[in-house]
Amino acid sequence: MDMGVLSLAATNLVSPPVLAFVLGLLAVSIKSDLRLPEAFYQAISIYLLLGIGIKGGVALRSASLSEIWLPLVVTLALGLLIPLVAFFYAGVITKLNGVNRGALAAHYGSTSLVTFTAALVFIESSGQFVEGFLVTLLAVLEIPGIIVGLMLASRGRQRSIAWGESLREVLSGRSIVLLVGGLAVGFVTGSAGFASIEPFFGGLFTGVLTLFLLELGIVAGRRLNDIKKAGVGVVIFALTFPLIAGVAGVAAGLLSGLSVGGAALLGVLSASSSYIAAPTAVRLALPEASPGVYLTASLGITFPFNLIAGIPAYYWLAQTLEGVLSWNS
Amino acid sequence: MELVGRKLLTIVVESALESRLIGDLSHSGITGYTVTMAHGAGVRAQREGDLQGGNVKVECVLKPDVAETIFGLLHRDYFPHYACVAWLSDVSVARGENY
Repeated sequence: MDMGVLSLAATNLVSPPVLAFVLGLLAVSIKSDLRLPEAFYQAISIYLLLGIGIKGGVALRSASLSEIWLPLVVTLALGLLIPLVAFFYAGVITKLNGVNRGALAAHYGSTSLVTFTAALVFIESSGQFVEGFLVTLLAVLEIPGIIVGLMLASRGRQRSIAWGESLREVLSGRSIVLLVGGLAVGFVTGSAGFASIEPFFGGLFTGVLTLFLLELGIVAGRRLNDIKKAGVGVVIFALTFPLIAGVAGVAAGLLSGLSVGGAALLGVLSASSSYIAAPTAVRLALPEASPGVYLTASLGITFPFNLIAGIPAYYWLAQTLEGVLSWNS
Repeated sequence: MELVGRKLLTIVVESALESRLIGDLSHSGITGYTVTMAHGAGVRAQREGDLQGGNVKVECVLKPDVAETIFGLLHRDYFPHYACVAWLSDVSVARGENY
């Protein structure tokens, strides 16, 4: 199905998860005391990570190696290239020093699970097929960006980076444990096993995502005040870099043989920036990098931008480029 | 029961640093500690590095010389870059041989 970019944007905008996110932003703007309880927020974040992992694992079982290997290699290449481009692009349009640019590169090289999940729900609800192994690509793209970003930041720095501590934090963090663990669980149990948990992890999924995005709207809204402090260059970076990376991701996806839905999601993965795994790793490894820059850019600007405008844009782009770049359809 | 004088060291730090701080404290010779979740504001108002998880408050009872070592460490590795405050108070404890 082919829809214009505006009608896609409108459909996305009136979906419950995105509206809940906007409600969260509004709640902050009127200084409401609304917050999800911390423990509940943690619990639904575990639910989302595990659920998306299991579903990906079930789908991975039916995928053949011949259709996966090229997208996997391409994703790994994106994971190494995106932070490099982010580092040098930030050098052109901001006045940030190397450490802060490296911190930005680590965030934009990694991915946002929630942006991915919102995009997956949006694209699937429009009736478009999506390869189940995209979740594997999500896991693959999560880590290299952080490592490349930290390496770039460490150039010309006197003190060496606390690599062990930061990497342990990323690898043993709940994102990776639940995603990779969920993939394994889904792969082993298969569709027969998944049928027994489908009402919980399938039917309720979009509803829980809606609650999660309400909280993220509040968290993102609180960072909006910091935008002025971050500076114009950082704002321009946070709005334009996702588009550059998103176009690259969509094109790479189509060229590597992904479907329209799959390529759109690889675009979303490339465009999104981390705000859970990367901030902790960067905080530990690069204490002198300013969270006011990287968290504001990633969580305050890029995340809302992708959620509201980016997702339909990358989807539209994948539809538009399909005939030009895709060789297997 | 006989009470003896000791120092109570209280450190509030962003929660991402909890395990690093506990490791450093243990190497400095503390015998025990208590961690609680905390949130608040300081001289720079709400801290910039507002990562998820907020702050933790770490408390330990110790002898003055150990406190001095730890303050040196905080000055070197924590105060310059991280949201971190620490204070020392006099306390009386039972079973002084434990601290």
